[in-house]
Amino acid sequence: MAKQNNEMEGGLHARILGAKIFRNVICIFLCFLSLIPFWIMIVNATRTSVDIQQGLSLIPSHYFMENWAKLLYQCSQQVPLWKYMTNSLTIAVFSTVFTVYFSTMTAYGVTVYKFKGSGFAWAFIMAIMMIPVQVSSIGFFRFMYGLGLGNNYLPLIIPAIAAPSTVFFMRQYMQSALPLEIVDAARIDGSREFNTFNRIAMPLMKPAVATQCIFAFIASWNNFYTPSMLLSSQKKYTLPMFVQMMRGERFRSDHGIIYVGLVVCIMPIFVVYFILSKYIIAGVALGGVKE
Amino acid sequence: MLDGTAAQIFERVPNTENCQMPVARPRAEIFREGCEKMANTKTKRKTVEYSRYGYFFIAPFFIVFAIFQLWPLIYTMGLAFCENYTDTMFNMEVGPYFNGLANFKTVFVGNDGRLFNTYTFQSLWNTIIMWLMNFLPQILLALILAVWFTDTRVKLKAQGAYKILTFMPNIITAATISVLFYKLFDFPNGPINQVLTSWGVLSQPYNFFLSKWATRGIVSFINFWMWYGNTMIVLTAGVLGISPSLFEAARVDGASSWQIFKSVTLPMLRPIMLFTLVNSAIGGLQMYDIPKLLTTSGYGDPDYTTRTMTMYIRDLAFTGSKQMGKAAAASLILFVVTLFFSLVLFYIMRDKDAIKEKKAIKAAQKARKGAK
Repeated sequence: MAKQNNEMEGGLHARILGAKIFRNVICIFLCFLSLIPFWIMIVNATRTSVDIQQGLSLIPSHYFMENWAKLLYQCSQQVPLWKYMTNSLTIAVFSTVFTVYFSTMTAYGVTVYKFKGSGFAWAFIMAIMMIPVQVSSIGFFRFMYGLGLGNNYLPLIIPAIAAPSTVFFMRQYMQSALPLEIVDAARIDGSREFNTFNRIAMPLMKPAVATQCIFAFIASWNNFYTPSMLLSSQKKYTLPMFVQMMRGERFRSDHGIIYVGLVVCIMPIFVVYFILSKYIIAGVALGGVKE
Repeated sequence: MLDGTAAQIFERVPNTENCQMPVARPRAEIFREGCEKMANTKTKRKTVEYSRYGYFFIAPFFIVFAIFQLWPLIYTMGLAFCENYTDTMFNMEVGPYFNGLANFKTVFVGNDGRLFNTYTFQSLWNTIIMWLMNFLPQILLALILAVWFTDTRVKLKAQGAYKILTFMPNIITAATISVLFYKLFDFPNGPINQVLTSWGVLSQPYNFFLSKWATRGIVSFINFWMWYGNTMIVLTAGVLGISPSLFEAARVDGASSWQIFKSVTLPMLRPIMLFTLVNSAIGGLQMYDIPKLLTTSGYGDPDYTTRTMTMYIRDLAFTGSKQMGKAAAASLILFVVTLFFSLVLFYIMRDKDAIKEKKAIKAAQKARKGAK
């Protein structure tokens, strides 16, 4: 009996071990799948155009600087590369600040104050969360050009103030992290309402603010749809639009240059991601459990 | 409520016992009173007084929303009923003049008179196909991974690293990824063709972007590859949110892993999966960056079979004779389809709590009866 039991347990152990190996193999394969396109990109960025055409290699060569110099030269013909980067950075920084600050503010408004219509305001924010900007882009485009803001960064930055999903996240977090007694206590101590928000609520919301900053920044940095619709002068182009340009005639002849260009566009996010990945993943998990 | 009685909303008498009637009073008086109270008393009452600050806090959001989202939406709706295009010969804008349902007619009825046989519905169809082709495998894989990562028997030690790596493509610029895949699948000397020919899978290089299903497949694969990590993390959080006692109870009752998955995990995950579904559907309907930058021309090669709804709307509005009116009508269709999905979600999320409550009440009543 005991022997049989042992055997059964042994069988169970073997099965668990088998499952473990199988699952790890699949997961490692998936990780490999996530990395390999980027690895090919990095390797090809270090090779000459002729090499790239001759065959695939997974070992970096040493032509990166040459390709890089060529890319810079090609760019400097019209607009230098760093210009695209600073453009993207400017838009991303401003819209991140706006999104996070005003979303926290809106969430604070509907959480702390029970005014007439606060329930409705919250339901409204929930309802518009699902309406994407794309459906109204025709009207948006015409309206912005009507206002003379066509080739301007304002239509890319100001709308960031109304970010329903960030408001949603902030409120979820606020309900657990901001006891209303603190707000009352601040009032008793004579703090004004906006002062309470800026000095007491914002610091308490720091973890949520940090998470949402990352997401807002990435969303703005990656945005291609709106900038490519509104911006017409090449000087104002953002990085994703530069990527689009790289597919054009001027770059098509040299494969090495394109890969370097892609590396330049991807590297900043790569670095940021691997530094902040823990927070990002925690944020995704939190944001997903919307109940 | 909105007909000029804002004063009544703002300046209510502080809530004493039964006093619910709004009474308009001069603002200065209220303010003075508030100040006095703040200085003198510490009653709970004054929190009611502060409530009007709520309007200031939510004002920026609603003002910006009204100007940059609501008005453009209304504008789009209006344009949908107008004739508005640019005469390419004289480079002059025509309209917008009201022309009733003419735009909708061209959107719904094809040149051959058949309903839905138009570019609009072709592009809507393309979008839905490419979304389905990425969503189905995505949710399946994400579900499997979520179960694996939360399995207490077979613990995967490196799951933190797996999560980080599989999520990674999600945050990389879609435009960049698209151009990268455009290079990888390049004909005739792209890396994929090189590998496939050297392994003998293909006898000669294959031009993926000339085949409708290959191109759609690549678009779907990129979407799948970018999003399954995200879905997996969300579902993992969902599984972790299920009360562990349910799993324990099932295990004590001798349920197998498959039975536990089928009868505990899956039903409990349903709300989150529905949420993922709707979110993904709405996002998928707006698909733009990837199909736009993946093919050579950027107009949904081959033969417009990978042209999505948003691509088509922009092709209408910003190329050729810039048919803003028709583009707006197509936008409205996209809006209606999107709205349908979000209403489904709203309905599901709304009703669930009420149903739960009802069930709980019923169960409690039953239990009481049983006790008697």
